[in-house]
Amino acid sequence: MSDAIKTDVLIIGAGPCGLFAVFELGLLDIKAHLVDILDKVGGQCAELYPEKPIYDIPGIPEITGQGLSESLMQQIKPFNPTFHLGEMVTGIENIGDPLYRVTTTAGKTFECKAVIIAAGGGSFQPKRPPIAGIEPYEDKSVHYAVRKMENFRGKNIVIVGGGDSALDWTLNLQPIAKRLTLVHRRDDFRGAPDSVNKMRALVASGAMDLKIGQVTELEGADGQLTAASIKDKDGKIDRVACDAMLPFFGLTMKLGPISDWKLDMDEELIKVDVSTFETNRQGIFAIGDINTYPGKLKLILSGFHEGALCAQRVHHYVYPEKRLVFQYTTSSTSLQKKLGVA
Amino acid sequence: MPKITFIEHDGTVHTVDAELGASVMETAVRNDIASIVAECGGGCTCATCHVYVDEAWVERVGPPSPDEDAELDAAFDVRANSRLSCQIKVTEALDGLIVRTPSYQGR
Ligand SMILES: Cc1cc2nc3c(=O)[nH]c(=O)nc-3n(C[C@H](O)[C@H](O)[C@H](O)COP(=O)(O)OP(=O)(O)OC[C@H]3O[C@@H](n4cnc5c(N)ncnc54)[C@H](O)[C@@H]3O)c2cc1C
Ligand code: FES
Repeated sequence: MSDAIKTDVLIIGAGPCGLFAVFELGLLDIKAHLVDILDKVGGQCAELYPEKPIYDIPGIPEITGQGLSESLMQQIKPFNPTFHLGEMVTGIENIGDPLYRVTTTAGKTFECKAVIIAAGGGSFQPKRPPIAGIEPYEDKSVHYAVRKMENFRGKNIVIVGGGDSALDWTLNLQPIAKRLTLVHRRDDFRGAPDSVNKMRALVASGAMDLKIGQVTELEGADGQLTAASIKDKDGKIDRVACDAMLPFFGLTMKLGPISDWKLDMDEELIKVDVSTFETNRQGIFAIGDINTYPGKLKLILSGFHEGALCAQRVHHYVYPEKRLVFQYTTSSTSLQKKLGVA
Repeated sequence: MPKITFIEHDGTVHTVDAELGASVMETAVRNDIASIVAECGGGCTCATCHVYVDEAWVERVGPPSPDEDAELDAAFDVRANSRLSCQIKVTEALDGLIVRTPSYQGR
C-alpha cells in the first residue's frame, strides 16, 4: 500500500454538488481531494444529460449539463482541487477525533479530517446483462472492464455491445486473442466511424467474427465460461465457444459500498442534520442527491446550499482553534485574494 | 384524456390517464409504475424506460428514430416491438395504447 495522501477533506463524488463544495470549502481555506468512479467530472449532468438544458440554476437562465460542469470547474479553479477519477471509494475508517482513513479501488489511501459524501444516486457502474445464471462467471470469465490486457492473450473472447467501449476493446484485444467475436443486436454501430470501419475490415479479412443477435445463455462449470448462445432476430440460436466475455451495455447508478459505512439511512439515502449536513458519524457529511431530510428536494441548487452550510461545520474540524468570520465575496479582500481577483 | 395500459412483467395491469404531449415514460412515472426506471429522465441516454409495444399498436406507434435505436443497444432482450417509452409522445391517436414492461431495465 502506498503512503496515505493527507488532505483536509475528501469529497466522494465529483457531481455538481461535490464540485461546488470545493468552492465553499476553499473560501474557508480548506483543501479538498475528490474521488469519482467516472472518468470525468460532472456526475449525472455530464454522464446522463450533457446536452440537455437546465433552467433552474439561480441566475443562469439556461445552461447544459456539460456547460454547468465546465463552469463549476472554472469557478473552483483558484482552489486547485485534486481529482482522482476512475476509482471508487470503498472504505471509511475512523482513526482519530475525527480523523478518517479512506480507501479506493485503485489502492489509494487518504487521511482527512472530514469526509463529504456527494455521491448522488450512487456510483456509476456497468449494467449487468440479464442472462440467467451469469453471477458465478462474473470476475472469473465475464468482465465488465479490462484491467490487464495480458489476461486475455490466447483466449476465445466474446465482446457484446455496439458503442465505443465494445469497439475499442474489440480493436485492442483482437491482435492478442485466439479468436474474437463481437456480438451486437443490430448491424449498425454507434461508436466512432473510424473504429467501425476498422472492425468491419477485420471481419472482412476473416481475422474476427461479427454476430448479429443477443446473448441468451452461458455454459461452463465453476465460473469458467466455455460457450455462449446467441439468438438472432429470427430466433435461431448460434453457439460460440469462448473462454471470456466482455459485455458493454452502458452505466447505471448503484449505491455501492455506502451501505456498509454505518450511516443512518432511509432506504438508499443518508440522513443528515439540516443545520450542518453532518451524518450520524461525526466528521462525515452528506450533500446533494444522496442525502435526505424533511422537505428535501433533489435539485442542484439544494445541493449547492448544503455545500455552503456543511463547509461551516467542516471548518470547525479543520481549524478547531479558529473563529469563523462571515464574509461576502463582493466586499472581502481576504476572500478575493483566495479567488485570485484582488 | 387518452388512456394507456401498462402491463408489467409480473402481470400487474395499470390503466391510467395520459396527458396529451407528455411521453409514455412520464405517464408511467407519474403513476408510480416501478418497472419504468427512467434514470436519465427522458434524455434517451439510459435505456431504462424500455417497453414492448402491443402488436396491435406497433404500426400506429411507429419505429424508433435512429438515435433511439442506438440507445436501445443498452437495453436487454430487445425485440422487434421494443421502444424507449420516453421517446413516445402521447397523442389522441394513441388512446388505448397497450405497452408491456420487460423483466429487467438494467438495475
Ligand atoms: C435527465 C435529468 C435532468 C435533470 N434536470 C435537472 C434540472 O433541470 N435541475 C436540477 O436542479 N436538477 C436536475 N437533475 C438532477 C441533478 O442532475 C441532480 O440533482 C444532481 O446531479 C445531483 O448532484 P450530486 O453532485 O449530488 O450527484 P451526482 O450528479 O449523482 O454525482 C455523484 C457522483 O458520485 C460518484 N460516486 C458515487 N458513489 C461513489 C463512490 N463510492 N466512489 C466514487 N464515486 C462515487 C458517482 O459516480 C457520480 O459521478 C436532473 C437529473 C436528470 C437525470
Ligand atoms: S428515460 Fe432514459 S432513455 Fe428513456
